[in-house]
Amino acid sequence: MANTRAIVITGNGTNCEMEAAHACRLGGFDEAVIAHIAEILSGDIRLDDFHFLNLTGGFLDGDDLGSAKAQANRLKHATVAGTCEKLVEQFSRFIRDGKLILGVCNGFQLMVKMGMLPGFDGKYLAQSVTLTHNDCGRFQDRWTYLKVDPASPSVFTRGIEKGIYLPMRHGEGKFLCDSDATLERIEREHLAAFKYCGPDYAAATMEFPANPNGSVNAIAGICDPTGRLMGLMPHPEAFVHYTQHPRWTREQLPEEGDGLILYKNAAEYVRKNLV
Amino acid sequence: MPNRIEIALKEGVRDARGERIKREIEHFLHLPVDTVSTIDVYTVDAAFSPDELEQAAAGPFCDPVIQFWSIDRPLASGFDYAVEVGFRPGVTDNVGRTAREALAYLTGRPFSEGEGVYYAVQYLLKGTLTPADVERITTGLLCNTLIQRYSILGAPEFVARRGFSALAPRVTGSTTAAVREIDLEVSDEELMRISKDGVLALTLDEMQIIQAHYRDQKVVAERRKVGLGPKPTDVELECLAQTWSEHCKHKIFAGTVQYEDENGNTQEIKSLFKSFIQRTTKDVREKLGDRDFCLSVFKDNAGVIRFNNTHSLVFKVETHNSPSALDPYGGALTGIVGVNRDPFGTGQGSKLIFNTDVFCFADPFYAKPLPSRLLHPRRIYEGVIEGVEHGGNKSGIPTVNGSIVFDERFAGKPLVFCGTAGLMPAEVNGQPGHDKYIKPGDLIVMTGGRIGKDGIHGATFSSEELNENSPVTAVQIGDPITQKRMFDFLIRARDKGLYRFITDNGAGGLSSSIGEMAGECGGCRMDLSLAPLKYPGLNPWEILISEAQERMSLAVPPEQVEAFLAMAGRFGVEATVLGEFTDSGVFHMTYGERTVAWLPMEFMHEGLPPMQLPAKWTPPRHDEPAFEEKADYTEDLKQLLSALNICSKESVVRRYDHEVQGGSVIKPFTGVANDGPSDAAVVRPILESFEGVVTAHGICPRYSDIDTYHMTANAVDEALRNYVAVGGSLELVAGLDNFCWCDPVLSEKTPDGPYKMAQLVRSNQALYDVCMVYNLPLISGKDSMKNDFYDGTTKISIPPTLLFSVIGKIDDARKAVTMDVKQPGDLVYLLGCTANELGASEYFTMKGVIGNNVPRVDAPAAYARYRAYHEAVLQGLVASCHDLSDGGLAVAAAESAFAGGFGMKIDLSRVPWKGTEEGWSDQALLFSESASRLLVTVKKEHAEAFEAIMGDDGCSRIGVVIEEQILGIEAIEGHDVIMADLVELKEAWQKTLREL
Repeated sequence: MANTRAIVITGNGTNCEMEAAHACRLGGFDEAVIAHIAEILSGDIRLDDFHFLNLTGGFLDGDDLGSAKAQANRLKHATVAGTCEKLVEQFSRFIRDGKLILGVCNGFQLMVKMGMLPGFDGKYLAQSVTLTHNDCGRFQDRWTYLKVDPASPSVFTRGIEKGIYLPMRHGEGKFLCDSDATLERIEREHLAAFKYCGPDYAAATMEFPANPNGSVNAIAGICDPTGRLMGLMPHPEAFVHYTQHPRWTREQLPEEGDGLILYKNAAEYVRKNLV
Repeated sequence: MPNRIEIALKEGVRDARGERIKREIEHFLHLPVDTVSTIDVYTVDAAFSPDELEQAAAGPFCDPVIQFWSIDRPLASGFDYAVEVGFRPGVTDNVGRTAREALAYLTGRPFSEGEGVYYAVQYLLKGTLTPADVERITTGLLCNTLIQRYSILGAPEFVARRGFSALAPRVTGSTTAAVREIDLEVSDEELMRISKDGVLALTLDEMQIIQAHYRDQKVVAERRKVGLGPKPTDVELECLAQTWSEHCKHKIFAGTVQYEDENGNTQEIKSLFKSFIQRTTKDVREKLGDRDFCLSVFKDNAGVIRFNNTHSLVFKVETHNSPSALDPYGGALTGIVGVNRDPFGTGQGSKLIFNTDVFCFADPFYAKPLPSRLLHPRRIYEGVIEGVEHGGNKSGIPTVNGSIVFDERFAGKPLVFCGTAGLMPAEVNGQPGHDKYIKPGDLIVMTGGRIGKDGIHGATFSSEELNENSPVTAVQIGDPITQKRMFDFLIRARDKGLYRFITDNGAGGLSSSIGEMAGECGGCRMDLSLAPLKYPGLNPWEILISEAQERMSLAVPPEQVEAFLAMAGRFGVEATVLGEFTDSGVFHMTYGERTVAWLPMEFMHEGLPPMQLPAKWTPPRHDEPAFEEKADYTEDLKQLLSALNICSKESVVRRYDHEVQGGSVIKPFTGVANDGPSDAAVVRPILESFEGVVTAHGICPRYSDIDTYHMTANAVDEALRNYVAVGGSLELVAGLDNFCWCDPVLSEKTPDGPYKMAQLVRSNQALYDVCMVYNLPLISGKDSMKNDFYDGTTKISIPPTLLFSVIGKIDDARKAVTMDVKQPGDLVYLLGCTANELGASEYFTMKGVIGNNVPRVDAPAAYARYRAYHEAVLQGLVASCHDLSDGGLAVAAAESAFAGGFGMKIDLSRVPWKGTEEGWSDQALLFSESASRLLVTVKKEHAEAFEAIMGDDGCSRIGVVIEEQILGIEAIEGHDVIMADLVELKEAWQKTLREL
């Protein structure tokens, strides 16, 4: 049987590539390759050879033009060396081929600014939502409770009972839509897979700090209607073992952290559908 | 004509940046303002078609969901005043740089020489403000005029002029490659004038040594051969000034000290560095014998110790004080990204695994008049915190440990300590990772950023020298992304074996990095005309000493240079061959074919005789206060918990990413509500392993008011006890010393130099004494010796400050211990004796007195205690542990209790006491800051085993954890001396800095 292969893109300010690759391996991927964007632009590494693409946290280009804006521009306009293929075509093909993409934090920002999410009607390059400055006006590192929508089509959230607990670490995580219609459709189609909530995972909340950025409808993460593309602001790769939990010295916790399930689900999906 | 692209927020979108400015205007300047909104402005000074500009505006520059754009048409409306703030020419403009790259990607066309994109922010103020108010808001909050420029337009004027005109802050100038010769055959007065006017900071002795060198006929003859006259060139003189500067040469630590103690005993100390710091390491290593874990100490950019069989740990802590005083944001940002380059440039290079930050500020709520040239402490606080936030977060390095220390004297100079640790393979391409060397014939390669006039002559210039088009030279602004790109490339180049030697370009720029590298093989020849420049107009001496950031210098074997440069190109990193290393014995600089500097290596590095430094110790005597014993200290405790040095720093710490890289085990905050203050940090740098790195620090400048010997001993002890508290192993732990002193050299400006120098001697003595007992080798450090403010009338000297940092290991991170109490019924133990040592304590400071009884460290007893405690940790007997420091037992007990969400009962009569009955009081037991104490909770079923390990010496069961949400402390006499609700205690602790 062929290997399940995950790729984590790094370079130009991406920071979480190491732990994202680690989470992929723990989650069950046979291979997790950290690829520098330079190696992709040079044609040495091709997205086509992978099943699961991780766009992970960091500060692409310093977030200088707004988070992930410069990278979105780069991916749309850069050409792969020695070919006349635009890099964006590799992304489009990856999506068309039914493969999985997970964007975390800066990676989520990149996905929405490229237009990959929410990806209505198969349109993956048309921006309709954004992530902008937290209402508190500052970068925050704190742990958040995320309530899952069990009706979400997301491949990644399958089997999550009530919700998961993950750290958020961002300055630009406030989710906004271009119109009420977009927001309504996200809700109607259960694309808002994760919402900020209290410790009981009951109701979504707009209260700081449980909702650390003021996201509309407390949205922390969304998927596309196929469920194969997903982005979220909190970091699942940062909680794959109990020692990463802020209270592990005082609570009885299982060996595995809450975030690992996203990678396990991805690996299982790939094994069943893509190899 | 440049074009202006403006980006504004759509109606109804919250302007978080504007709201924050509004809050700050109201809070700091006490001016009423209705609204503040902001607009981003990109000035494009390049040949693009209108169509291309529109694509840029609509594409990378604008988020269509929340923003809209215009080209050459102002978007501002509904305001009373518009203020536009942009950078001065030549100042690092990160957003402008990214915008330029985005345009190049978009159009597929690179920028040509002289073209650029410049970023500015427009602030729109609405409210009843006078022009003077707006000027104050602008210069007091929005704009640092040292690096930025501004224009203000009232609404009518704005309309009449159709907004701000497009202005590109391009650096104008052309390269003349001028080299001056300087005549040193002049009077002593004239020599000093040359030094002073040239900002060379060379003393008369030093100038005379240089004069003598150029009189040497052998030197003259050699110089003739390379086409140089007998007079030094400006390149040579500037290079010597850098190499011989206090900053690079550490002349005070290398000088000869005549020390006289309080009894009139005299002693000559040849080099404090060699006599105490180096000797500490040497003696500890000998003592450790086979267990020695040091791999590279004092010789590289950072110290290296063993971590395990496959990896080594690298650590360095730096200061960036003067730049942070001038431009808090840029100075601090440069501080953190600058120290990143030290471990990165150690050995063959290391991966950076965490940062640490310690800041010393004056009270941010300071309300008294300040000398006019000083920035308000609040502005320094804001700027430094934000600078380090951006530098650390954007670089993807977790900030895991730190503190903020407050003292009014830091208004004169804030201290900004930034530390970075790295992890390197024990072996790289078959060689020890911490080793490197250069062969003659290897090529000199510079990578990363380009050279500008940034940082020339550091911070000694005055702002009057600036004009509109002269680049700012004093302050650098770090660019974490350019550096991150370079690191991404270099770490891969390291693993491919594409270079032989790497080092950082920091203070002194190429003169220092290449000068030191040339020392490895015995010479170099470098062509300064090859260096890539940010803009034209730099003369050879400026290219050589520029401190422009984000650069590393490497030695690349000729056979690898093609592969190295090709890989750099693929990774978008600039790399340039500047010359080659030789064994000629000469530091040889050319500009094209012409020789511009020819300096024998021996003269550069060994030519300077040691400084002579008098030191006389006269112990200060302070009034000894006699406070009445109180029946109840609850209010005192609350007041202490709110004190700046004790209160929660959560509003600051949450702004730093402390978890990136995924290895976080003990975070800065812990406990039932994630808000209790951890003593130290534990991280797992290798995610597949449970081996942890532990780091902690100690700093207590207040004790310097009594005796720097004890200040130092306490700082070392505090660092180690924090480290031990979380479970750090005593088998593998090393120290780093960072001295920040006020100028201790006797002069007209510093008549008390001998006292300050004696303080330095005593500090060094303690460092040796305590580290020897604790088996703590010193692996790296730094000194910053001129932390004074003097404007001709007012002098502010900082209290002598030692930051002592430790780095070590916990074999199994799953055994780490946090400071929050865990469950009711657990027993509370105090390890270590308390004495009447309230001198310079937080309690006395709160009462406005100093006293004399400074805490004294009993190092042998403490070390035995730490060893026993660590054994208890390994056996899993410890439920929680918190170190006792500022505020003593009462503060530590309160913090452990409210962090854990359970109350605590304590009986003061059970606290082990050291010393006479005389000072034995509730007050001393509660608030004394006696060293080497730990507050531990232990499950009942573990009590017997725990007591057996700890023995009787200073280990006493003093109380119990209770369900009820109160801290109850019983006096010696039996009554409740503290009885407080945990919610109230926590509120007192959290409220001070919560809103900042």
